[in-house]
Amino acid sequence: MMNDPKNTAPAAGPQMLGGKFSLTWHLLPWVLAIIFYFTAEGYLSLGTQAIIWVLFTMSLDLALGYAGIVTLGHAALFGFGAYCAGIFSIHVTGDPLTGLLVATVLTAALGFVTGILILHTTGVTFLMLTLAILSMLFEFANSAKWLTGGDDGLQGMSIDPLLGVFEFDFFGHTAYLYSLAILFIWFVIAWQIVHSPFGKSVDGIRQSPKRMRAIGTPVWWRLVAIYTISSAMAGSAGGLLAHSTQFVGLSALSLFTSGIVAVMLILGGTKRIYGAFIGAVIYVFVQDYTAKLNPHLWEFIIGGLLIAVVLFLEGGLISLVDKARDGLARLVGKGERS
Amino acid sequence: MSDPILSVRGLSKNFGALAVAQSIDLDLKPGDRVGLIGPNGAGKTTFVNLLTGVVKPDEGQILLKGQPIQSIRPELRVRRGLARTHQINTLLVESSARDNIAVAIAERSGYAWRMLNYKKQWRECLDEAQSMLADMGIAAIGDTEVRHLPYGEQRLLEIAIAMALKPQVLLLDEPGAGVPSTEAHVIHDALDRLPAEIAILLIEHDMDLVFKFAKEIVVLVQGAVLTQGHPDEIAADPEVRAVYLGRSRD
Ligand SMILES: Nc1ncnc2c1ncn2[C@@H]1O[C@H](COP(=O)(O)OP(=O)(O)OP(=O)(O)O)[C@@H](O)[C@H]1O
Ligand SMILES: [Mg+2]
Repeated sequence: MMNDPKNTAPAAGPQMLGGKFSLTWHLLPWVLAIIFYFTAEGYLSLGTQAIIWVLFTMSLDLALGYAGIVTLGHAALFGFGAYCAGIFSIHVTGDPLTGLLVATVLTAALGFVTGILILHTTGVTFLMLTLAILSMLFEFANSAKWLTGGDDGLQGMSIDPLLGVFEFDFFGHTAYLYSLAILFIWFVIAWQIVHSPFGKSVDGIRQSPKRMRAIGTPVWWRLVAIYTISSAMAGSAGGLLAHSTQFVGLSALSLFTSGIVAVMLILGGTKRIYGAFIGAVIYVFVQDYTAKLNPHLWEFIIGGLLIAVVLFLEGGLISLVDKARDGLARLVGKGERS
Repeated sequence: MSDPILSVRGLSKNFGALAVAQSIDLDLKPGDRVGLIGPNGAGKTTFVNLLTGVVKPDEGQILLKGQPIQSIRPELRVRRGLARTHQINTLLVESSARDNIAVAIAERSGYAWRMLNYKKQWRECLDEAQSMLADMGIAAIGDTEVRHLPYGEQRLLEIAIAMALKPQVLLLDEPGAGVPSTEAHVIHDALDRLPAEIAILLIEHDMDLVFKFAKEIVVLVQGAVLTQGHPDEIAADPEVRAVYLGRSRD
């Protein structure tokens, strides 16, 4: 009876959130990123920033979007990763991949430990605890001048050539491709995770912890697990920031940074891995472009965009891409949908 | 006569000054069909919550297959064969009906921690979920997001999810609650089709349903067992009638 074909579920249901994303659409962001590399000489460090923010936003999407962990402390993980990578490069070795791995693992450990401590709480209590952890780290980094440089920021980093070959050049060629490669690795991991049974159960916890307990889900452990993965990813993003700018400032650990990443996620669309791409890239480029016209203009523009998205575009800017995709599919007449 | 699979002894719980469980004893054997009835607020749902571990008892013992479970976590009780449905639908409303069942199957099969290399296992979960929907006569709703399902089908889904856990003891908290009487037969049929060997405790206000389904009925009033016996005895019991008389049925 189990193998009766009429009892068999159709291949990928539409609820799989882009599970049937065709290869063309999957390739698009990466192709654009490569084209950017060859055509946007002079903008590569801005591009690198965008890539790093995409990674950081994606990490928040795992925690907030998929698991429903409403945190305002995500900058703690980002900043911690950045300081780890920076301090490691000064005191141990300047090899970027080793440094990035260390930053990632240490930040995962921080996420694991803090997650264990605070993930049994919910709502406002949880929110306050994430804020408390963020401000403790901020104050520590501010006062431990001997280690972090305090409010002057961490200076004196020097990063060895990537793989012993590619120097981190002034124009940012190496940093851009390095960040893009790391983003790609994390993207593949995140995509696997959110479509996995584990990802489904985490999404279930966001919808109803009570339901998940009733089917035997160890809710708390599973939240700790996704929070740890999200932390590792945020730590990687922080590490990339340290390596690409060869500087870490206190602002990486600020509440403002937590706010920015949340705005990027909501702009792009939560619970959609590609939402992070759109939100972060648009934010970074809009900010750069409008700040040149008028130093405060970008805040209005981003604020306006955010309001428009929240009010009129459920699902974020990525839902516009969905519409475009559906429209194209209809034009081509293939009727491809996902 | 087989040994009880679930055995409850002296289970008590107070919410502040309110006694919601007063030294309750109960035995369920494989294949049992026990009805639990009582007026609103009698403590029926609380009793289920105590058994599943959502609510901690003040006193008493719960034995599942001879093992005390009153101090183990709810999810471990589920894995040992205790499943329940909810009086108020508790479903993943943004997920498809099929996914609602498949996550339960993944949990039961030990696949729910898998993050990588899971295609085949998840496929199995989805196929099993679909065949369960088909068994319940609702194969067509597999892809539908639960929030778009009619209420009666959501009630069936509650039962299907519990069954996906392959329980040995099933606690049904008013499966017919809120279902219009014209559709009640769908729930009746679903209950009739449940595997004979599992032990079932059915809480229900719909007396037709309980008296048809249960071989034994327990009457709970203010957290205490008022009486217990064959449906015919219970129906004829003047004390039970007194408790139910004048009680608003909705
Ligand atoms: N968590 C709680 N804290 C305090 N009081 C509670 C709690 N849960 C239930 N109660 C109270 O305990 C009593 C029993 O509630 P319960 O839900 O078990 O009744 P019930 O028999 O299932 O009723 P119904 O037929 O209406 O479903 C009620 O008075 C209820 O208000
Ligand atoms: Mg109840």
